[in-house]
Amino acid sequence: MGIKIKSMKYEDFNDNESLELFKKSGSNGFFMTTIDSIINWGRSNSVWPLTFATSCCGIEMMAAGASRHDFARFGIEVYRASPRQADVIVIAGTIVHKMAPVLKRLYDQMADPKYVIAMGACAISGGPFFNNTYSVVRGADHIIPVDVYIPGCPPRPEALLYGIMQLQRKIKAESKENRLESRENFI
Amino acid sequence: MIEKREIILGENEPYIINMGPQHPSTHGVLRFELSLKGETVFKVVPHCGYIHRGIEKICESDTYQQIIHLTDRMDYLSAHQNNEAVSLCVEKALGVEVPERVKVIRTILSELGRLASHQLWWCAFGMDLGALTTFFYGLRDRERILDIFEESFGSRLLHSYICPGGLMNDIHPNFQKRIKDFIIYFRKKLPEYDKLLTGNVIFKERSKGIGIMSLEDAISFGVTGPSGRGSGFSCDIRKSQPYSAYDRVDFKEILYTEGDTYSRYKVRIDEMWESMKILEQLVDQIPEGDYTAKMKPVIKLPEGEYFQSVETARGELGVYIVSKGDKFPVRVKFRTPNFSNLFIISKLAIGHKIADLVAISGSLDLIIPDIDR
Amino acid sequence: MEELQQILSDLLPGAVFNTNPQFVEAVVPAGDLHKFALELKNNPKTLFDYLVCCSGVDKNEELSVVYHLRSTKLKHNCVIKVVTTDRVNPEFDSVFDLWASAEFFEREIFDFYGIKFKNHPDLRRLFLEDDFVGYPLRKDYVDNINIVQ
Repeated sequence: MGIKIKSMKYEDFNDNESLELFKKSGSNGFFMTTIDSIINWGRSNSVWPLTFATSCCGIEMMAAGASRHDFARFGIEVYRASPRQADVIVIAGTIVHKMAPVLKRLYDQMADPKYVIAMGACAISGGPFFNNTYSVVRGADHIIPVDVYIPGCPPRPEALLYGIMQLQRKIKAESKENRLESRENFI
Repeated sequence: MIEKREIILGENEPYIINMGPQHPSTHGVLRFELSLKGETVFKVVPHCGYIHRGIEKICESDTYQQIIHLTDRMDYLSAHQNNEAVSLCVEKALGVEVPERVKVIRTILSELGRLASHQLWWCAFGMDLGALTTFFYGLRDRERILDIFEESFGSRLLHSYICPGGLMNDIHPNFQKRIKDFIIYFRKKLPEYDKLLTGNVIFKERSKGIGIMSLEDAISFGVTGPSGRGSGFSCDIRKSQPYSAYDRVDFKEILYTEGDTYSRYKVRIDEMWESMKILEQLVDQIPEGDYTAKMKPVIKLPEGEYFQSVETARGELGVYIVSKGDKFPVRVKFRTPNFSNLFIISKLAIGHKIADLVAISGSLDLIIPDIDR
Repeated sequence: MEELQQILSDLLPGAVFNTNPQFVEAVVPAGDLHKFALELKNNPKTLFDYLVCCSGVDKNEELSVVYHLRSTKLKHNCVIKVVTTDRVNPEFDSVFDLWASAEFFEREIFDFYGIKFKNHPDLRRLFLEDDFVGYPLRKDYVDNINIVQ
């Protein structure tokens, strides 16, 4: 059975096969235990992000939190300024060599369970600054393991909301075995 | 031999603390190294470079049309004005005369961009001081301008619409009607901003007399834009070296002389009224014609050096191009307003508390990728 | 513009004037930079009190620093250049005591080109990391690991 998100049909999502694979790789049986599903329901409906915006995508993230595309309806009630209190870090903007150790330290300071969303072309692969520059890290996943990628330069606020819904589905498909899998396989 | 050393931490020791790159009030990745005595700041050292992407090095191996896409991302809130600066410099070097329609549309876009940028500044400034309502009010009104942009250019934030020779494409037929509707709407909403913040007792206590910048300091450090005009530095490029259609519109240059945070705030609110006046004068006067002049597909500037200044929402943006006749430039240098506006903080914040430092840096309206390029 | 060129050639005896359709441009010998800049700032006929932009240029053989100056009272502009062919240890005078913004422009030029400024209060890197090796905006800077062509 598909992972249910209210207000959007299962067929309208793009990447259902990898999510089913993820779910199968976790659970030993054919269904998750009730405890797991209650915990996952609670975690996915209340992810609180860290205030981290380096450049232009930060403005679209702020616009997604404003009154027209409100993302408090998805459970993102407040932004937390301290990494120890945050659940997800939305990397909005380019990462350069001087900023990379700071990003790694912020990620290490976050408490489990933690998730990472890479927003914008710069965080996925270096974006418009890929060629001929000496100081841009070509993709935030050279530094920390990323769960959801949102393309665009800058992505619309609706794209950020879609990315958050995908993250919610991924959290709902987790179980105890495969939760830390992406972090352990990260080189 | 191990020597005995005693370190006594007392009241006279400076306490060095980091207001780090990730901080909700620094509006980007800027690091302040503060030396504190109690809560009073007595030395501030800003460290930049956390978003240095090497744009000037990339420009040396890009054609002139490709540089437009990079200048968008420098000061992303005044994207139209950045594009206009490079386009004007290239057109001046080639001796190309753009059609009248292009000049008027460029001016309209410049003023719309200035309005949108000041709206976002207002909402972020109020949020820094603790007034969270301003965040929602400012962004609600900014969405209307972004709707106008999206209908004509396809994107909300970074358009790359103004290019050497004219514009990328013609505007949508609804463009003029939407601007007129927006002006009627916003004239009713701007007094609300005054009711919320300008007359507020707490806001006045937190901003009057804080961060006073003298006129000599403003000229010596090169602080331009609304931050410089709050101290009486008459530096508006739209008046002193008019470009595009600015020589045929009638508007005032706003100058205040006190030089504190409150007067920098008032300059920007008054500039929003002036921008609406300029829009009203121009929106019905868009002449018919081409949307671009005839340009060759490969642009090669003649050998020499060219400089062009433009007034963005934050100050004077200067573009300096050195060319040796090739299709790639030898050197492109951007004189960005935020780079000069930043370093005066170390003079303004001495003797104030940390909360006042947040108010001062909010009133200087810094965009960090513009500092680091 | 011609009167300004006449005034400048009277004040700066060693300067060479280039043709530039936009501004009056003067190439000044490197040893006299501070003296001439002081004269340009204080003389009542020129009064250049606002340094608009200060940039470094690398033209393959020579390194130069270009100063764009403007006067807020007399409303004219000029361009001053200093040139050196020494690529191993280039050095110029610092003008931070005349225009306070020059302190940070000169740090940026040191960061990117390696040009040192005498009497600068705090000459260290501004944008790049403190342990960065090399001067990236020079034309002969080669970095095969980081730069993707």
